[in-house]
Amino acid sequence: MRRARVVVWLKQDVLDPQGRTINEALHGLGYELVEDVRQGKAFDIKLNDDGLDDDELLALLEEMSKRLLSNPVIEDFKIELLHKS
Amino acid sequence: MTVRFGVVVFPGTNCDHDTKCAVEGLGYEADFVWHNSPHGELDRFDCVVLPGGFAYGDYLRTGAIAAFSPVIGAVKRYIDNGGLVIGICNGFQVLLEMGALPGAMVRNRDLRFICRFVDLLVKQADTPFTAACRRVKHVLRMPISHFEGNYYIDEAGLRSLVDNNQIVLKYCDSDGKCTPKSNPNGATFNIAGICNKRRNVFGLMPHPERASDAILGATDGRLIFDSIAQSIAGLAL
Repeated sequence: MRRARVVVWLKQDVLDPQGRTINEALHGLGYELVEDVRQGKAFDIKLNDDGLDDDELLALLEEMSKRLLSNPVIEDFKIELLHKS
Repeated sequence: MTVRFGVVVFPGTNCDHDTKCAVEGLGYEADFVWHNSPHGELDRFDCVVLPGGFAYGDYLRTGAIAAFSPVIGAVKRYIDNGGLVIGICNGFQVLLEMGALPGAMVRNRDLRFICRFVDLLVKQADTPFTAACRRVKHVLRMPISHFEGNYYIDEAGLRSLVDNNQIVLKYCDSDGKCTPKSNPNGATFNIAGICNKRRNVFGLMPHPERASDAILGATDGRLIFDSIAQSIAGLAL
């Protein structure tokens, strides 16, 4: 069993009103050092990796990310394959 | 001839009955198509409607899960064969997620669900969905009701939409002027509705089915359904 994490967030040139609101809220709490916040979502995925190496798993995760987990028109994603436990 | 509308129903769709009621009120026929019918038997319809609502609870992204429903394969074939498909609100979001129309929806600029009447400029009256507006009206009044109607497309995509006359409806003021103030949700270029290059797929955020009866305060929505019916009658001649 392997675990992977896919993080998806809006592209830099797409306005992220939620991130902006959180940015302002952090300023309101006194964290003036915060310059920008982008809100995203994370998917923790358990994988049955029988017979698959890391490259093959990453290729499948990339396919999943493009087809469903993200909308490539507005979102970027990052895949993290976690070490075997 | 009788014009038949097929109204696709996903779990969470909630404008299916309104849509059926609206088109039947105009003298057309309508029937529901369940989301898990892979063949969908769509050929018996003159137009397929993806109605408004919250398909699959808007999980992941609006329209994202619905875009992989069994019926969508049939909808794609229907589109490829030149059939007319209209996506209203959540249906528009589904058309974007399935790649039948370009661009994507993001949260409204002010992070609020907006439910109110808006004025809409008919930019293109030479589509099967707006042809009846040509002689009658250039500014339509219909309600919007959405959290994610902030249409996004990159610059190259926008240029392509403009060059190919695919921008059908734009948010405007009552005089037909498109201004930042008349843009309710932050949509790129005040875009409220677009069609594909072939002009047989139309997606719009406003709800024509909620503006098809005087008792609901507006009847401009009828022009959309009448346009479809007239186009079909024209094609049939």
